Amino acid sequence: MIIFLKKFGIWLAAVLICVVLPLIFRSGFSISLLSQMGIAIIFALSYNMLLGQGGMLSFGHAVYYGLGGFLAMHALNRIGAGTLPIPIELLPLVGGVAGVLAGLVFGWLSTARASTTFALISLGIGELIAASALMLPSFFGGEQGIIGDRVVKLTITGFRFGKQIEVYYLIAVWMLICVALMYLLTQTPLGRVANAVRDNPERAAFIGYAPRTVRTLQFTLAAFFAGAAGGLFAINYEIITAETVGAQASGSVLMMTYIGGVGHFFGPILGAILITFMQLSLAGVTHAWLLYFGLLFVGMVMWAPNGLSGIIMVHEPVWKARLMKRLLPAYGLIALPCLIMFLGAMILIEINYHLSLSINPENPMHLLGITFRAQSPVAWGLSLVMMVAGFFFFRKARSVVQERWSEVSQTLKGGLTR
Amino acid sequence: MLEYIIFSLLNSLVLGMLLFMLSSGLTLIFSMMGVLNFAHASFYMLGAYFGYQISTAIGFWPALIIAPPLVGLFGALVERYGLRNVHKYGHVAELLFTVGLAFIIEEGVNLIWGRNAVTYPIPKLLDFPIFTLFNTEFSAYRMFMLFISVAIFIALYWILTRTRIGLIIQAALTHPQMVNALGHNVPAVFMLVFGGGSALAGLAGVIGGIFLVTEPAMAATLGPIVFVVIVVGGMGSLTGAFVASLLLAAIQTFAVGIEYSLSDLLALVGIRAEVGGILKDLWRIQLSHTGPILPYLFMVLILMFRPKGLMGKRET
Amino acid sequence: MKTTLMRSLLIIAFLTLLSLPAMAADTIKIAYIDPLSGAMAGVGDAGYKHFQYNAELLNAKGGVLGGKKFEIVPFDNKTSPQDSLIQLKAAIDQGIQIITQGNGSSVAGALIEAVNKHNERNPDKPLLFLNYAAITPAFTNEQCSFWHFRFDAHVDMKLAAITNYIKSQPNIKKVYLINQDYVFGHAVSDSAKAMLKEKRPDIEIVGDTFTPLGKVKDFSPYVAQIQASGADTVITGNWGADMSLLVKAGKDAGLKVQYFTFYGSGLGAPKAIGDAGVGVLNSITEWHLDLNQEEKNKEDEEFFLGYNKKYSNNGDVPYYYGRIRTEMTMLAAAIEKAKSTDPKAIAFALEGMEYQTPYGKVIMRAEDHQLIQPLYISTYAKAGEGTVKYDSENTGIGFKTIKRIEAADTAMPTTCKMVRPEKK
Repeated sequence: MIIFLKKFGIWLAAVLICVVLPLIFRSGFSISLLSQMGIAIIFALSYNMLLGQGGMLSFGHAVYYGLGGFLAMHALNRIGAGTLPIPIELLPLVGGVAGVLAGLVFGWLSTARASTTFALISLGIGELIAASALMLPSFFGGEQGIIGDRVVKLTITGFRFGKQIEVYYLIAVWMLICVALMYLLTQTPLGRVANAVRDNPERAAFIGYAPRTVRTLQFTLAAFFAGAAGGLFAINYEIITAETVGAQASGSVLMMTYIGGVGHFFGPILGAILITFMQLSLAGVTHAWLLYFGLLFVGMVMWAPNGLSGIIMVHEPVWKARLMKRLLPAYGLIALPCLIMFLGAMILIEINYHLSLSINPENPMHLLGITFRAQSPVAWGLSLVMMVAGFFFFRKARSVVQERWSEVSQTLKGGLTR
Repeated sequence: MLEYIIFSLLNSLVLGMLLFMLSSGLTLIFSMMGVLNFAHASFYMLGAYFGYQISTAIGFWPALIIAPPLVGLFGALVERYGLRNVHKYGHVAELLFTVGLAFIIEEGVNLIWGRNAVTYPIPKLLDFPIFTLFNTEFSAYRMFMLFISVAIFIALYWILTRTRIGLIIQAALTHPQMVNALGHNVPAVFMLVFGGGSALAGLAGVIGGIFLVTEPAMAATLGPIVFVVIVVGGMGSLTGAFVASLLLAAIQTFAVGIEYSLSDLLALVGIRAEVGGILKDLWRIQLSHTGPILPYLFMVLILMFRPKGLMGKRET
Repeated sequence: MKTTLMRSLLIIAFLTLLSLPAMAADTIKIAYIDPLSGAMAGVGDAGYKHFQYNAELLNAKGGVLGGKKFEIVPFDNKTSPQDSLIQLKAAIDQGIQIITQGNGSSVAGALIEAVNKHNERNPDKPLLFLNYAAITPAFTNEQCSFWHFRFDAHVDMKLAAITNYIKSQPNIKKVYLINQDYVFGHAVSDSAKAMLKEKRPDIEIVGDTFTPLGKVKDFSPYVAQIQASGADTVITGNWGADMSLLVKAGKDAGLKVQYFTFYGSGLGAPKAIGDAGVGVLNSITEWHLDLNQEEKNKEDEEFFLGYNKKYSNNGDVPYYYGRIRTEMTMLAAAIEKAKSTDPKAIAFALEGMEYQTPYGKVIMRAEDHQLIQPLYISTYAKAGEGTVKYDSENTGIGFKTIKRIEAADTAMPTTCKMVRPEKK
């Protein structure tokens, strides 16, 4: 029983969380947010099949997401009209098939080399599809996109999917299935060979695996899951527009995956949750969310290239050796200047946004419960001082953290040799 | 018809030279450092906004002199304190750093200069038609742009082939490790090239911001096309970038005049197919509509079949 | 992993609580769903300020129904249809029942569908959608909805007005059509061709070109084509950079044509185009900022100056959407008439409502919920000459009316078969 729990505990917990979440957050907005998160998780994980597991940096992954969505939407309308006998619950499969077809063609064409060549080809294909999406209105629906109605007669579960909560559970089920499948894929020989091709294509070729074939397979499978996510998108929103194949969608999945961390399977899940949350909620709190988003991204690239999951997993051995208490004080020490620096930057950014976007820059602005005038030199001075002082102490505290880390890792190494 | 061809040639030359000014810096940066700089077009945008700001304060001519070095300095700082730190994490991280930077620059421009276009007019001295041919005028400002970009091309060529630093840069293009081993300060050369490339982009922005529209979206509209230029031209090849810039500009300019669609083509060989269904639009798209997307098609084909580009020395 | 999950859950919980403030009973909330961040934020933000200003004026007069005040609640949709649907959910969570939006027909189309579905699934708490700028004709034709009201003239109405003007100008002989290559551009081209053929069969259409949306950097090849065709008039639905670049390239080549545009005077255009548009760039709108001088309307001048003083960032982003005033005042009148803030009652009150604006009578046509209002064709003019007193965006360029088109002349037949709920 304990072995079972150890092996499958995390999956049981995931199922439990998916079931319980909408019971806690009941508002329509939260459930829509959770639905979008589920879709984003599949999409980001499928992207990581390329970037993390296959070493292919793509700037056009949204092509497969969008094409899957469009084909699913056309299928949905045919189901509604009674000409296509597929139950609505299986619609993501239609999207997946669209992804596979497009992925096979474009994948074979673009995977002769990895790295920059691949990245540029994916960029070119992405631009081509996005541009032609507006030129081919009979498939892509032009600017208004294609509208569908998910309430159809043909279901196998008996749900009507009129309510958002029913759609949420459909997405959750598909999400869990896709996550499990993608996880299992990493354990298959194909997943392993994809890693080998990522790390050293020449050696992989020597032992008999054609890198292009492996990459194409990996690419096609990733396109399948992206297409399935697109299919869920079609069901969830009942509308799909040309922007889903566009550069912005491709860029946002790249950011999700990278911020979450490409090195660990669960990284993109964290990224998808965080970024979706930022995109949908932060925008209501501050105009400047895009700037914070950009700063977060650059900060992650510069200081935490392994993403959130990298930060977490670095602590795993420390946690297991019960040495966290040695690190925590140092973290506390560095958190303070970080907070000060962040607050300083935030004040500066918010002041500037107030000056450029508020109804009347002369009006006092409110920030963290304090009301002040944006023109006041005190606020400017304070924010600059906070940033400089924060940065100064940040550098001091960083050396303390580094010291503690080397201590802890010494202990860990000692533990290993003993 | 003659009038149309002459003016299309001239206009494609103007656009092509502007593209070259942008892509020359990018191709140097890319081939030396392996960094696909997504923020390059953002430096172009910064050049336009700096030019606008300085020219409203003290006039266009000082702006033409001051703004590009400012952008170059900014670029050098970015290389020194940003990119160099990321270098150890590999090319993907470097590339993503520039993506994020482009993002921040765009939001920063939004914040400082607002989200709509700014008024950045042609300087009075150049606001007249320089010649009129068959009823069509050619503005002095376009001639001036042509002049500046040709001058830059000559200067760049001279620096790279006739000066010591130029020779080091050329050597570092193909054998960076070797140059390092010979005792040259390669990081400093990198910073110089990055700064110089940014300054060129800035100059393109100062004059291009007037020619086109100075607005926060200007980086995003020009960004991908510059990649096309360096890919088609071939890595590390300035001549390639030059040829590709002119070629792409000519393609875009001349495709506008060709109003044939796929169905016309088929009709030519005697097939008159009426295609229905969800892809029926594919048949009636005229070549003239596709002008600006042709470059991407071109890029994808080049990458698939000739990854060296037209004149490149090694593969990307 | 679990700890991070828990933490993000806690944050979500916290913010969800934050986003659910208590409802005040004496305010009428209107959800403004438009882009407030990203590339389109400039336009979306200006629209928000327009609504704020109009709400403020109405509230200063005592609100409606004996003291109920208007409150505009902004929601950032980033011009994305799916984000708009999520923001719509957020608005519903806050108990908001009136929404307004304008930027992007894709968003408007998605919202109309969503509102229809919501009202079908929740008949006791319906939503009302007031559209101030999405001008795809379908919204008041085959896609019309009882819950949707449009306060802007749609594409065909604006083109009808332009072609009516062209009909009266015998010196226009050759027309060139240049439009963006997507549904809207094609609609403009098709309607323009049909209307010109009907109204002026002698006019030759010398060109009908489509440009890729937002991808063209130098319009001079297109200008060379226009030049070669010998056109004297250009009709274009282009907006944003696609329009400003066209006009600038035309000036560079010495192209002598009159441009008829939809968005020539739109927010940001005067700055981008500048002097290149003077005397040649005509746009069709329901209001412009020098109208008060031409019609000597003191009240409207004060209205315009009041906005300028408080909301325009020293004239940088002046008042533009005349129709937002019409929308807000008509909404207030409809609430008074219905004696209720229930969307269904308001919708029935708005249907067929006639209303006196500073520049003539307008009517909300009952059969398709399309506002029929007088339109003006105006041209770029140097400020400080004659009636051109005020300039736009501090550029020194104002507008001069060249033709007023009466409301009745802009009305187009509709194919709408309105399905109404039971009035009760």
